[in-house]
Amino acid sequence: MYQYDQYDHLIVRERIAQYRDQVQRRIAGELTEEEFLPLRLQNGLYMQRHAYMLRIAVPYGLLASKQMRMFAHIARKYDRGYGHFTTRQNIQFNWVELEQTPDILADLASVEMHAIQTSGNCIRNVTADEFAGVAADEIVDPRPYAEVLRQWSTFHPEFIALPRKFKVAINGALEDRAAIAVHDIGLTAVKNEAGEIGFKVMVGGGMGRTPILGSVIREFLPREHLLTYTEAIMRVYNQYGRRDNKYKARIKILLKAIGVEEFARQVEEEWADLKGNAETLTLEEMERIIAYFQPHAYATLPAIDPLADHADNKAFANWLKRNVKPHKVPGYAAVVLSLKKTGVPPGDATAEQMDFMADLADRYSFGELRVTHEQNIVLADVEQRQLFQLWQEAKAHGLATPNIGLLTDMICCPGGDFCSLANAKSIPIAAAIAERFDHIDFLHDIGDLELNMSGCINACGHHHVGHIGILGVDKDGSEWYQVSIGGAQGNQSAIGKIIGPSFSAQQMPEVIDRLLQVYLRERTPEERFVDTAQRLGIAPFKEFVYATPIETAGRLVGEDEYA
Amino acid sequence: MPDQTNRIIKGREIVADDWTVLRPAEGEDAATIAVPDGKVIVPLATWQAQKDTLSTRPAIGVWLASSERPEELKGELDKFAVVAVDFPKFTDGRGYSIAYNLRMRLAYTGELRAIGDVLRDQLFQMKRCGFDAYATRPDRSIEDALKGLTVFSETYQASVDDQRPLFRRHARVATAAEHKDVGAGI
Repeated sequence: MYQYDQYDHLIVRERIAQYRDQVQRRIAGELTEEEFLPLRLQNGLYMQRHAYMLRIAVPYGLLASKQMRMFAHIARKYDRGYGHFTTRQNIQFNWVELEQTPDILADLASVEMHAIQTSGNCIRNVTADEFAGVAADEIVDPRPYAEVLRQWSTFHPEFIALPRKFKVAINGALEDRAAIAVHDIGLTAVKNEAGEIGFKVMVGGGMGRTPILGSVIREFLPREHLLTYTEAIMRVYNQYGRRDNKYKARIKILLKAIGVEEFARQVEEEWADLKGNAETLTLEEMERIIAYFQPHAYATLPAIDPLADHADNKAFANWLKRNVKPHKVPGYAAVVLSLKKTGVPPGDATAEQMDFMADLADRYSFGELRVTHEQNIVLADVEQRQLFQLWQEAKAHGLATPNIGLLTDMICCPGGDFCSLANAKSIPIAAAIAERFDHIDFLHDIGDLELNMSGCINACGHHHVGHIGILGVDKDGSEWYQVSIGGAQGNQSAIGKIIGPSFSAQQMPEVIDRLLQVYLRERTPEERFVDTAQRLGIAPFKEFVYATPIETAGRLVGEDEYA
Repeated sequence: MPDQTNRIIKGREIVADDWTVLRPAEGEDAATIAVPDGKVIVPLATWQAQKDTLSTRPAIGVWLASSERPEELKGELDKFAVVAVDFPKFTDGRGYSIAYNLRMRLAYTGELRAIGDVLRDQLFQMKRCGFDAYATRPDRSIEDALKGLTVFSETYQASVDDQRPLFRRHARVATAAEHKDVGAGI
């Protein structure tokens, strides 16, 4: 993985000094809250419902074990003993004190980390496929290019006060595992006929109030032009993106307003002035960065069936089936540690679990971990022959729930329990649903199902692209939940369709149950929930869900625990 | 508190300034608004409407609103002693791109001044985008604002101030030893 050189260290050190000074000026009253706001946001510091929340950048989700241990340390020293991994492959701490945030940054800097541009109206942390470098369907490892973009976008002087936040995702494989279609810029690696590496450039995707899938504005961008072309996009957006209404300020609205062709024309015109300038990547620079992402020193191992010696162990079999992914090197596998144990807010990990995951990484996976945008942790390079032992250990720490890609592997934002933007709670709903379907055989029978939930229209929980999407809404001061189906991420990205009027929190488990009943009744063999939903449309689901009244009274499981 | 309305930061120094920025009241007509004597920075619309008379004056400047295009001044930039860009709000970042285009696309080499909601924490990026003068907000200490220009000693990306990105300014070498450290999990 990338390691800081003297320049990276210097920039991060100077950032801490700058930010420490800004905090001091805020406390001294030299900066008003209004003036401090964009400064702290550009450093990932939010004011939440109860306290400050600090979001730390995990560039493209890649972590060294010592960095994971630092999160455990921060959780213990500055927070309440846990952290929350996010859909942006970052981590956030929900209970930090403003005065201590510069010290947290100093601690982070000691392990080459920071909180730069994890929020605010600037280019955010670039995300990428969590299986980068190990997936068999990879055209090129996207991480060096994500790193190139990380450096370029860090404190970019021209794009620090954009109309709105700006998110970039890179995918290097045939299958899109980075949800590129719902990003402001989605890049996917391609090779041209000459075998040269480049990117297909998609712009204007996004969720939130106006969910739109991105549009391709360039089929092939040679990789050396990555920065100048991105700069051209950013300059057009910075100048012409709307600023009068924050809900219409994303680049997708500009694209919609002027049309994809016109937008692409403006970008090309801007780029004509930049193409080939000094920001064009040199072969040396690309090779320097790529050198940090060379494959590990893999052993020569035979490919084995990890289940062979444990044929009767159904629990292990379930875990292998759901949580273990193929690896391009024989004898190896990628393991997903589930942060979706029933009764735990999705994406949360305790300090003890973080230390433990760091240990696992050291012992089984070359000291590296990845954060997924589904809020789990990946150990990407595990020997197949060690899977059983790893499983036993992970299980003992509550990290081996065999539910990856299943109903209970929900993407879920922190919702109204933490977030001041939220209109409704999300964690208790997730808990109630998980409780209702806490039956592993049933979940495995249902198969691949992405349930994504957001507590407000900002869509941090990616509800629009959930096979089932749940959106918390406010109606006359009380919390309601709107349900959509048929959304999908990846190569077949789709925005889900709302099935009808919203439901109360208490009704939600039953609503999910009814949706599943329709699916079980109507599915063809091999058909996933989303396939059935897309094939049939919402009508049969809607009809059944609303056919008879759903009980609205009663206490919601999980309500007390997480209130 | 000393009167700061006639002081600006120029380069890296605080200097006296005798320019006036003409800000028309709402509804005032660009063609008929009276431009006072002396050194005046007029709005783009006023320049365009009164070009014939204004261009005979020995010292005239023009300012652009953040929604205006610098290309409007193409071919005329040598007529101005000052070009200013207004930041209606410090969170409005359009002025950075305007400055970039004035310098890089239109090759403007004269004084480029940031006016409006100009605060200490914006100065570093303003400088990088090509500004060399800053009329900082008068309710804040200009001495304090000066510190904003020297926040970072290195930057990754190219901009107007240095058109070479870090990787072209310095040899950045990835060593094998550095790389191998990581897997050990130290």
